[in-house]
Amino acid sequence: MSIVSLARFQFAMTTIYHFFFVPFSIGLALVVAIMETAYIVTKKKEYLKMTKFWGNIFLLSFAVGVVTGIIQEFQFGMNWSDYSRFVGDIFGAPLALEALLAFFMESTFLGLWIFTWDMVNPKLHAVFIWLVTFASMISALWILAANSFMQHPVGYSIKNGHAVMTDFKALLTNPQLWYEFSHVIAGAIVTGGAVVAGLAAFRLLKKKVESPAFYKKSLKIGLVVTLFGSIAVLTAGDLQMKALVREQPMKFAATEGLYKDTGDPAAWTLIAWANENQHKRIWGVDLPYVLSILAYDKPSGAVQGLNSVNKQLVKKYGARNYYPPVNAVFWSFRIMAGFGTLMLLVSLLGLILARKKKQLLYKQRWMLWVLGLCTFAPFLANTAGWLVTELGRYPWTVYGLFTIKQSVSPNVSVASLLTSNIIYFLLFTGLAITMVSLIVREMRKGPDHDESLSEQEKKDQQVDPFDKGAFE
Amino acid sequence: MSTLQVLWFVLIGVLFSGFFFLEGFDFGVGMSIQTLAHNEKEKDQLVATIGPVWDGNEVWLITAGGAMFASYPFWYSTLFSGYYLILFIILAGLIIRGVSFEFRSKVPEGQKQLWNWALSLGSLLVPFFFGIMFISLIQGMPIDASGDMRARFGDYFNLFSLVGGVALTLMSYLHGLNYIALKTTGPVRQRAKNYAKFLYGIFYVGLLAFAALLYFKTDFFARHLTTSVIFVLLIVVLTLCANIAVFKGHELGAFLASGGTFIALVALLFTGLFPRVMISSVNAKYDLLITTASSSPYTLKIMTYIALSFLPFVLAYIAWTYYIFRKRIKHTSALENKY
Ligand code: HDD
Ligand code: HEM
Ligand code: HEM
Repeated sequence: MSIVSLARFQFAMTTIYHFFFVPFSIGLALVVAIMETAYIVTKKKEYLKMTKFWGNIFLLSFAVGVVTGIIQEFQFGMNWSDYSRFVGDIFGAPLALEALLAFFMESTFLGLWIFTWDMVNPKLHAVFIWLVTFASMISALWILAANSFMQHPVGYSIKNGHAVMTDFKALLTNPQLWYEFSHVIAGAIVTGGAVVAGLAAFRLLKKKVESPAFYKKSLKIGLVVTLFGSIAVLTAGDLQMKALVREQPMKFAATEGLYKDTGDPAAWTLIAWANENQHKRIWGVDLPYVLSILAYDKPSGAVQGLNSVNKQLVKKYGARNYYPPVNAVFWSFRIMAGFGTLMLLVSLLGLILARKKKQLLYKQRWMLWVLGLCTFAPFLANTAGWLVTELGRYPWTVYGLFTIKQSVSPNVSVASLLTSNIIYFLLFTGLAITMVSLIVREMRKGPDHDESLSEQEKKDQQVDPFDKGAFE
Repeated sequence: MSTLQVLWFVLIGVLFSGFFFLEGFDFGVGMSIQTLAHNEKEKDQLVATIGPVWDGNEVWLITAGGAMFASYPFWYSTLFSGYYLILFIILAGLIIRGVSFEFRSKVPEGQKQLWNWALSLGSLLVPFFFGIMFISLIQGMPIDASGDMRARFGDYFNLFSLVGGVALTLMSYLHGLNYIALKTTGPVRQRAKNYAKFLYGIFYVGLLAFAALLYFKTDFFARHLTTSVIFVLLIVVLTLCANIAVFKGHELGAFLASGGTFIALVALLFTGLFPRVMISSVNAKYDLLITTASSSPYTLKIMTYIALSFLPFVLAYIAWTYYIFRKRIKHTSALENKY
């Protein structure tokens, strides 16, 4: 095994794992902030219960999000030292600023939020969670600024074989950044909504659930959030698609599985499979006109295929294989967009069924099952989305400037990489198991946990140092 | 060498000092969970002293790493790839420790012990391996012409670096004990002081060994005699102050003094390195220098503007947090009844 493939495996594994928790945390923070605000406005106890209950789930995600994030920050230097030397002048800045402008705020106000329930004014307390939500989105902005530079380099010049920043503003006005940012944040909102709706639906499927009203209300809030998020994610994704046609035609052709140039108007491939070695599509199902509409908003216009883009790239950047892994990119895209559309429809249907009068939703077990299973959809969609973005950039780490092969640390041994990969894998598995079992446990405890305790237990809880009594 | 280059060299030092000062006591408290507390309630009490702040304290490290990447990409690349396995262990330590705060409060009784151990072990590994890293680094490492470090076991682990690792761990532990004495009431408070009184005795031996090895194993005294002597003395004096404060019952004084030793230590290391950032044991020509390892003047300028305009706010809300959580974590008599 080569160090390049091991380092790539490690990058993929650790970032995908990190990115399970990132949209989970961002999205749920938002939902929790909305719930706490509802409590402040309406003064209804049930919103307070909701805030605490879903807040506990959020904290679990946040904990794993934080520890897996530190790996990301370190691994550019550890595994990709030549890459870091090449782009450090540009790429380091957003990372440093992310820590300074976002992580301090996120962690400090989260600490305040967790531990000041009975110490500060409730309004101020709600401000804390909004600041956490805001900071987590700012952190996304900075890291995506770094990623967008890799997808679409701007504001730089090359000096002595290194990329040097010449225009910081360009880094922030990079169109790629704003596509990515809106798409990723929308994806995170979908994730937050779908998790709340889905977990609540699972509870409602139970024969004897203690407080059905609580879960029904949560389910509804989750569905509304999912619906808004889905609309936003589709809109942003559509814009991104059109940008790809212009900026990274190779990736675009791969998402559509097109080897040959299309005719005009272009047909859209619903499903297909390619033989990547022979650069040929084996089979597929096409829908006429649709691709022209997706790419150009009008029922005409041809799209370039991989083969002709490859020729252009060879001319521009030299002889090299520019074909990304077509099947992986093609299917990842189908998974992402498919689940996106599905969640839009499901949340819409759910809200219609949940209307006041009939409340059909809670009687339709199949629909609750669908909603429950939709908990997992955004995770798959997020992962698939990054696979499209990152695999589709092949063979570059910085598009047009620096390749993956050039990026890797030359001095790290196969043995070191193998060891770290294996231990990361084991650690991540352990964390995932613990995390899921704790979420299940929190769900089983239910929102009335505090009230249902025996007197003695309550007394014990009173002296828990996490409780307010301990601070007096 | 430009002013901004020096400024960022200093700033990285400041960030590492901040990290060790703040996260140092978190590590100490973490280790205390399994060594100082006698029962589960005391453990909860200890964890509660750092619950609200530990993540913010860890961000100092993330910021130090980010700042190094942004202002000294060549230093970042050489250091992080060269210390691959050491940093990997540090990461593993930070991971098991970071999740245990949340997990230990939510798992069923039976599994709580596992996460107490994870918290303690993680808190032990991180300062120890940072000690190994910094103290092997200042002795010079095999860095080649292209800036890549290919070190062997003995380069990382030698007598001096081991002394450094143990010293940093002990410093964190003592700092944590001083913090516990400052932030709690009841038996743990007294016990923390007793532990500290005993451990300071041992720590002096470590300090002596450290100073002697520094003289023999590095070029610090040859290159920067004055500053090196000043900072070594400062470490000793601050340790003495902390020790005396512990005996006199000056809890805040002891805590500040033990925190100060970390700042003096980082200052010693950074002034000793100056004007280098990494020392090559192969050939002095391959040393990474402040002048050659840094980012472009433009990047440094942008970073300086942003950092200077936002840092005051960050420091202000961090200070405010410590103010909000200024009260001691109580030991209630009911705590004992259960056990
Ligand atoms: C779109 C958003 C996004 C993306 C693409 C990434 N992250 Fe992340 N990261 C976050 C959004 C985020 C967050 C929402 O802010 C997290 C997740 C949960 C959390 O606690 O904060 C976080 C945590 C987090 C932390 C811990 C912060 C702390 O201790 O509070 C670090 C050091 C990083 N990340 C670094 C990275 C790096 C170097 C990435 C590039 C590969 C990366 N993240 C991808
Ligand atoms: C958290 C969301 C992200 C996920 C899930 C993700 C996933 C991936 C995947 C799957 C690869 C491909 C690995 C391969 O080719 O085998 C990759 C490559 C890479 N990504 Fe990302 N990525 C994410 C965010 C980022 C960000 C924000 C950056 C930079 C700031 C980044 C930088 C890189 C680099 C340097 C590579 C090179 C390694 C390679 O291409 O093999 N990624 N990423
Ligand atoms: C029909 C709906 C969707 C379309 C048309 C779409 C389109 C796209 C495109 C074109 C990219 C690649 C962008 C690039 O490489 O520059 C992308 C990436 C991505 N997608 Fe989607 N997407 C859709 C739905 C979703 C959904 C539902 C989610 C998650 C809930 C999601 C999450 C992501 C993520 C995390 C990325 C990687 C980051 C990025 O490049 O923005 N997408 N999407």
